[in-house]
Amino acid sequence: MRMLRSAYVIARRDFAATVLSKTFIFFLLGPLFPILLGGVFGGIGARVATQTAQPVVAVIGSDADFVRYSIARNGLAEAVGDAQVVKLIYVPPVQHYGPATPEHILKEPRTSVRAVLYGSFEEPRLAGKIGREDPVARQMRVIVRNAQSPKRDGPTLQMVRTSAPSGNLVRDRALTAQIGQMILFFLTILLSGMLLSQLIEEKSNKIIEVIAAAAPIDALFLGKLFAMLAASVIGIVVWVGAGALLIEYVKQGGVATLPPPAVGWPAFLALGIAYFAMNYLLLGAVFLTIGAQAATVREVQTLSMPVTFLQVLFFGFASTAIGTPNSTGGLAAAIFPLSSPMTMLARAAELDELWPHAVALGWQALWVAVILHLGARMFRRTVLKSGPRVRWWRRAKA
Amino acid sequence: MLRQVQHERTGEGFAVEAVDLVKDFGETRAVDGVSLKVPAGSIYGLLGPNGAGKTTTLRILLGIIDPSSGTRRVLGRDRPLDAAAEVGYLPEERGLYPAMHTREAIAFMGALRGLPLGEARLRADRLLGEHGLGDWAKRPIRNLSKGMAQTAQLLGTIIHDPRLIILDEPFAGLDAINQARLEELIRREARNGATIIFSTHVIAHAERLCERIAIIAEGKVAFEGSVDEARGRLRPIVRLRTRAPDGPWRAAIPTDARRQGDEWIFALPEGGPEPLLKALIDGEAGIETLAIERPGLHDAFVAIAGDAAAAAMGTVEAQA
Repeated sequence: MRMLRSAYVIARRDFAATVLSKTFIFFLLGPLFPILLGGVFGGIGARVATQTAQPVVAVIGSDADFVRYSIARNGLAEAVGDAQVVKLIYVPPVQHYGPATPEHILKEPRTSVRAVLYGSFEEPRLAGKIGREDPVARQMRVIVRNAQSPKRDGPTLQMVRTSAPSGNLVRDRALTAQIGQMILFFLTILLSGMLLSQLIEEKSNKIIEVIAAAAPIDALFLGKLFAMLAASVIGIVVWVGAGALLIEYVKQGGVATLPPPAVGWPAFLALGIAYFAMNYLLLGAVFLTIGAQAATVREVQTLSMPVTFLQVLFFGFASTAIGTPNSTGGLAAAIFPLSSPMTMLARAAELDELWPHAVALGWQALWVAVILHLGARMFRRTVLKSGPRVRWWRRAKA
Repeated sequence: MLRQVQHERTGEGFAVEAVDLVKDFGETRAVDGVSLKVPAGSIYGLLGPNGAGKTTTLRILLGIIDPSSGTRRVLGRDRPLDAAAEVGYLPEERGLYPAMHTREAIAFMGALRGLPLGEARLRADRLLGEHGLGDWAKRPIRNLSKGMAQTAQLLGTIIHDPRLIILDEPFAGLDAINQARLEELIRREARNGATIIFSTHVIAHAERLCERIAIIAEGKVAFEGSVDEARGRLRPIVRLRTRAPDGPWRAAIPTDARRQGDEWIFALPEGGPEPLLKALIDGEAGIETLAIERPGLHDAFVAIAGDAAAAAMGTVEAQA
């Protein structure tokens, strides 16, 4: 009880010191810059990509022929999407320089024409530097065939919605699992690194002596961990809000258009919050322990890179479970404490059982306590130089 | 301010008991068999040169570090941290969060020792006002002068009315006025029932304040007892000035008597003052002045801890 009280006092101070500082504004705004830049440049890139990716085919012929080709082309676009089908442009047979020829049109740099359809409607020809199996050639064969023999309107296809997941839904859930895991990983990698340097201030200002004389070191670790978790949650609330708005804007269909997870959105989001907290606490406890050994900011900076790679390693391990959550590897990643939160979030997207999550959260909480306690002991032993001197080789002999 | 004194809980009237404390840092033995008994309600001084093991001993008593061997009991508890709510500690290297407001920094230290935050803030305001720092309550610690920051930390040490106050080199870095203020604060806390342990290498402070002292040298307790007991280990000092520069009277003074200016200084011989006086008169010394002085704690320290320790401490004297 006393430890929790001390931890609360330390957490309150650290939280206030972090959130009420001017730099916290930059902390909040920091991740928004790449999101905004990503949105802006992504939009421009997408537009450019659309423009460059959609091949253009020039049609030399009569107005009536072009209309028939266009109807056939739109029929194909309705089935596979407009952006996936070649764009047709009309070229009158007679130009100011004389009769329009494929060579002229293909050499024209402003139009970016991939191929030219010419000849009579009954015997059209496609000219261009494309092979027979080029997607442009294949699409044009379908368009020409449909233009020459247009189908009548058939019966309307009736839709029957089933509750059983289709093959597509399973794939979507794997995608949701992947996205959820990546968000968890990036949030943790962005935020938990701060914990590396959390004890530098206390050590450099010698406040550590005052705290160590008043409260157990476990309370110091716990307080710092939860203070930074709380500050991170504020950041996440801001970022998620901004992210949701962006998704709303980009997808124009709202957040609900994302692939649905197996446990349903409310449970998935609740588990996402719980697993973020656990992932943060687990990795944070490890980083706090590692960072507590550092005496200077320079040492902390040196430690940052290996620690980041460590996180990537855990993420890589967790990602092996996507698609096969009940495989040996998937279960191992769920059991290994430092990859467990990410693995279990992916599992929530793919499988609808809820009880494994209760077990996993308890397991992860246990490991948070174990790592914190070991970290505090290590800090007392190596930094405060506390306790009897025990040499491992002597212990081994005994 | 008057706190409820509960020394009966400590057993045998000792606020702190340490038995055979040993602390090794690697190959270095910093504390070597230190045993202490600090009476409840007393002012207790830990004297010794830098590196003698005073701070390490205090850190062990506070539970910041565990000893390599030996036991300690603080306010009746075997684990010092169990008594943390009743202990105040001012470390040698002062430390406060620079960005924190003075009032909040003091309140934080109180809250850490178990005070509710609201109560701690009220007490911080009152203490700051009493010590002339009321105008600085809402300014960051980094804006305070060194002396002010030390006062603020001291206020944080006593904000929760601790029964045991441990001060590590509390006078270091203070000017004469602030040293006098600190001495008065220590006396006031002791009058209110607190036990105070402080370490120092300035003997004058210990001489003025302490009822009991421990002299630590090279990690060992060279002496533990009252200041009078320490002084009692030395014979009184004789300061003699004669008209005759030499003569038969010289046989009356010890061979290790030292000359300082035109004065002879030596320990009073075992026979006492009367045979000495008679021998000087008979030996035609022509006594100009003869003073018999009670030895100071500094002299006792030199005798107990040895010249080496005294040299290590230097001739630092209190500015007050």
